Order: sequence, then C-alpha cells, then structure tokens
Amino acid sequence: MKIMRKYAIVAVLVAGVAGLSVRANADTLLSLPAGYFNKPAVIAGAKLFARHCSACHSVQSLRFNRLASLGMTKAEIQKDVMLESGANYLQGMQPAMTLAQAKGWFGMPPPDLSHMVRNLGAGFIYNYLQSFYWDPSRPSGWNNHLFPKVAMPNVLQPWSGIVTKQGKVIEPGRVTPAAFHKKVADIVAFLRYASDPSVFTRYKLGGYVLGALIAFSLIAYWLKKEYWKDVHSDSAKHKK
Amino acid sequence: MATFGDWLNKRFPLRELMREHLTEYFAPKNFNFLYYTGSLLLLMIVLQFVTGFLLMAHYVPTSQDAFASVQGIMYDVRWGWLIRYMHVDGVSLIFVLLYLHIGRGMLYGSYRKPRELLWIIGYTIYILMMGEAFLGYVLPFGNLSYWAGMVITSIIHSVPFVGPALSTLARGGAGIGTATLERFLALHAVLWFWILAAAIFIHILALHQVGSNNPDGIEIKDTKGADGHPLDGIPFHPYYTVKDIFGVGVWLTIFAAIIFYAPTMHGVFLERTTFSPANPMVSLPDVTPPWYLAPFYAMLRAVPNKMAGIVLMAVAVVLPFFLPWLDRSPVKSSRYRPVYRIMILVMAVTFFTLAWVGEQPPLPKYFLLERAGAAIYVGFYLLLPIISRWEPTRKVPDRVTS
Repeated sequence: MKIMRKYAIVAVLVAGVAGLSVRANADTLLSLPAGYFNKPAVIAGAKLFARHCSACHSVQSLRFNRLASLGMTKAEIQKDVMLESGANYLQGMQPAMTLAQAKGWFGMPPPDLSHMVRNLGAGFIYNYLQSFYWDPSRPSGWNNHLFPKVAMPNVLQPWSGIVTKQGKVIEPGRVTPAAFHKKVADIVAFLRYASDPSVFTRYKLGGYVLGALIAFSLIAYWLKKEYWKDVHSDSAKHKK
Repeated sequence: MATFGDWLNKRFPLRELMREHLTEYFAPKNFNFLYYTGSLLLLMIVLQFVTGFLLMAHYVPTSQDAFASVQGIMYDVRWGWLIRYMHVDGVSLIFVLLYLHIGRGMLYGSYRKPRELLWIIGYTIYILMMGEAFLGYVLPFGNLSYWAGMVITSIIHSVPFVGPALSTLARGGAGIGTATLERFLALHAVLWFWILAAAIFIHILALHQVGSNNPDGIEIKDTKGADGHPLDGIPFHPYYTVKDIFGVGVWLTIFAAIIFYAPTMHGVFLERTTFSPANPMVSLPDVTPPWYLAPFYAMLRAVPNKMAGIVLMAVAVVLPFFLPWLDRSPVKSSRYRPVYRIMILVMAVTFFTLAWVGEQPPLPKYFLLERAGAAIYVGFYLLLPIISRWEPTRKVPDRVTS
C-alpha cells in the first residue's frame, strides 16, 4: 500500500511537471518484482535498451566502457549494446537520431535517461512503459495512462500488443504478459544502474566497511570500559 | 623525544594547551549519549572540508557545465561517488547532530548563566550552517538548485530598501547563472566556510572558559575537592577522548550504512528533482527546501502575505538568541522542571512536524497544521518568561547523579 502511494505521488508530481492531470487508477499500478535488480538483469536490460530505446534516447552520463564492470566483454558491448551505430566505446551513450530529426518527429528531443530513475523513480518508469493505450486522436496513435498526451509512442508494442483505453485487446502481444513484465523490469534495471553505476561496488564494499567500523566500535567500547572503571569505582577520581 | 618536547615547548605552548584543554579540562562525569554530538560535529565539519576540497578539484562553476561536472564526479572520477555521497549525506547528518546538540542545550538549560555567550555563539553557528548548506545546495545546478536559488534570493529581494540591490549582488546579475555559481562557490568554500570555522573555534574556547553543563544542570565547579578539582569532574583526556572515540565508531557506522546502502535516503537527503539539470523553463510544482530548513519554510508559508511570512520566519530564526533571558526559572535542567520538560517535548514534536509539513506541496489542507505549528513555536518563547516564573520545580541535588 505504501509503495502504491509512493507511485501515485510520483505520478502526480510528473503530471504536475507536464501541467496535466493524472487519470491513472492507483489500483492498476504494478509493483516491480522483488529482486529484479541484479547484474544479469542489468546486462539484459542494456541489450534491450540498445535495440528499443537508444534510437531516440541518450544516456549521456554512462560511458559504454563502464558496462565492462558488470562483467561484459568489450566485444560483447560492441556487438550487443553499441550495435552498428558507430558509437565511441569511451563516450556516453548517444541516440542514433539527430537533434533535427527529433525536433521534426516529436517536436522536442526525447529526454536523456541518465538520471531518470532517480528523478522519477523505478516504479514509475516500470508502470509508465506498460501504460500505453491505442488513441487514434494522438499524432503517434498512442497515449499513456500515467503520462497523458506524452509524445513517445509505444515502442514496446510487439511485446505489449495493442490495447484500448478501456483495456480491450485489439492485438495481443507476441510474448506472454509475464515475459513482457520481465523485459520491462530488465530495462528498468538497466536504467536504475545507469542512474547510479556505483551501486554494485557500493553494496559489495559496504559490508567490509561496516564490518571494519563495527569491529572498531567494539574495540573502542572495550577501551572506554577499561578507562572508565576508575570513574565508576569513584576511588581514583583524580588519578592522572 | 623528551628533549625535543622541551625544545618545542619553549617555543610553542603545546603542553600548556594540552593541559588546559584536555588533561586538566574537567568535564562532568554524568554525560549521556547527547554529549557525543559536539565532538561528532567537529569530526563531520573536518570531513566536509576534506571532501569539499576533493569535489572542488573536479567541479566547474558555470551554468553550462556545473551539472555535467557533478555527474562526471559521480560517474567518471575514481571514488568520486563516495566523496560526493559523503559530502551530501554529511550535510543532513550534520543537521541531525545540530538538532540533537541544540535540543540537549534546551533540555538541560545549557543556555543559562554563565553560558549565555556560549549559546549565542553556538546558535550563530547554526545560522551560518544553514547559509553554508544553502550555498552548497545551489552548486550542483540541478533543477531544484536553480529554483531554490531563485526562491531564497527572492526572499533577500524583499528586505526593505536594500533588498533589490542585495539580491542582484547575491545573484551576480538579474538571474541565476554562471556569475551566481562562481560567487556561491567562492563563498561556500572560502569566506563563509572560514567564518564558520572561526565561529566553531570561538565556541570551543568559550566552552572551555565556562565549563560544560550536564544533564543535572549543576555547576561542578561549586563542589571542589581538596586538590582544587571539581569532585564530579573528570579530566577530558583520557576519559572523554576514549568515550568519544567509541562515539565516532558508532556514528561512522551509521554514516557508512547510509552512504553505501541508501545514499539518497529515499529522496530525503538527495531529492529527486536534483537529478534533472537546471531549467528556467520548467518550474517545479513545489520548491521545497531540504528537510533541515523545512520548519522555517513551513512557517513562511503559514502566512498568506509574503512580507508577513518572511517576518514570521525571521522572528522564528532569531527567537532562540533570547532564550537565556526568557527563562526565569531558578533551576536549569528540565530533569527538575516537570512543566518545562513537557514544553520541550511539545516543541520538539512541533519542530519536526513543521519539517514534515514544510516538505509537502502547498495545499490548503496543511495550512492549519502550519499555523498551529508556527503558533506553538513562537508561543514557546513568548510563554517561557511567564511559565518559568511560577512553574513548580523539584529539588536539585547538590552532586550530579550518575
């Protein structure tokens, strides 16, 4: 319930930014599966992102070579993430589309996604990507429950299928809903990593640092106890 | 080594300083956990200085590159993320400590004679710290930085007569831009910081002149032994140095847990809107200050009139300066003042309620809470001179209780 409320708040916030009202029903919001965020999911998400998102969206802050720290080889990154776009291995992820094309097609350049998860929340993006519905009145033919009148079309249509606003399925997706959820969760996992690439180092290092500090505290406590013996015994108060 | 020590001490009063401030500085023996906050604050300030220096080595104070340079620290600089999280989370933790430290002073009457000046210097440090935090807050130039900068400098703008000129001076022009970032960086890292550091130094000197208060609010100097040392006092070194080392261990464990596992503290220590670049075209639906400034912001919003709101906020910030003279009770510590004890409790709850409500969007449903909070906050200081005169007190023991 708490998580639902958080998503609802974020949704309101986003709508506020866009100056629009939100019609999404909080009951329909999905929760990210527990444990969706791990290295294999991030790698899978990076590959999906490259195929479905990076034509339009940049991830400026994340350099391709950073993915090597996840355990990917350079060849793998070049083949599966950089594709044939001619991108630079040492540079941040740039969209295939030029700024002029973006302005012509969507009216504005699609946002950079480097910090989007920290900006809007992983849960919001997970739901947003699964909230597209068919709306012939929109230029792209798509509208979104969570972000009404968004310029982005439903690029995940092959998986999600085509659904009307009321939820009527016009064309089913090519994959099962469970597989669709998994793919979107992987993309969200990648974006979460992209917004905070120190995360796996932090989690791993944190244990050692905390262990060392707890050990230090225990020794310090023992030292304090030893010294304070004479204060508590009250006899050697003025011992120097 | 002894000969080197002699050589040195003829030229520099090292032994004398050690004696005066450590080995023969007598502190009450009944300190509780709230007395860790002073040494921890000192530690945190030093950490801010070190991490700030490292951040500055990679930061570019221009409207064009500030956001990208900070992200460069997070993504590309080796250990940059650790340094920045330490610096950012360090601010929130400093304010946690400051509120405990100030709250302790109120709880045990540490602002009373002879510590009035100590209290005033300390409270000045708190105000300087708010300024320092604000200046630093604008530097990463996220969208929140931009709009927070606009809001605060527009408050300066409302100062009668000199306001417009002052806000232009603060911004370095009509709007927030490169000139603002450059002067904010210079202030944050040099002038303001060193004034703050000097104030902390004076605070410690003043403390060592009057001696520490304690949870019982008893002057240990009133009961001295045959050797001229307070009977309830123990030398700061080694007793409190070893105790504070333990405090440092526990505190750093908490600090590390936050840095490594929840560096944004779910958007409280590092807000969501700091993760999009500054954009004058995209105004935020509600610009809320960081949690540690939010109580005053809530009071600002409690009044619909801008000028009146600013006056109320200024009064709320200034009132604690007068605390030493507003309190008329013969007893210091709330341990022996049941009514005052309840007042402090209500005040603490009110303050953190105001902090919470100050973070909420400006909706009518919060107005009542904001106004009630502001009334209780101001009421505490206005009623204290009256209540402290007649409130019943319990008998204060002659010696500290342990």
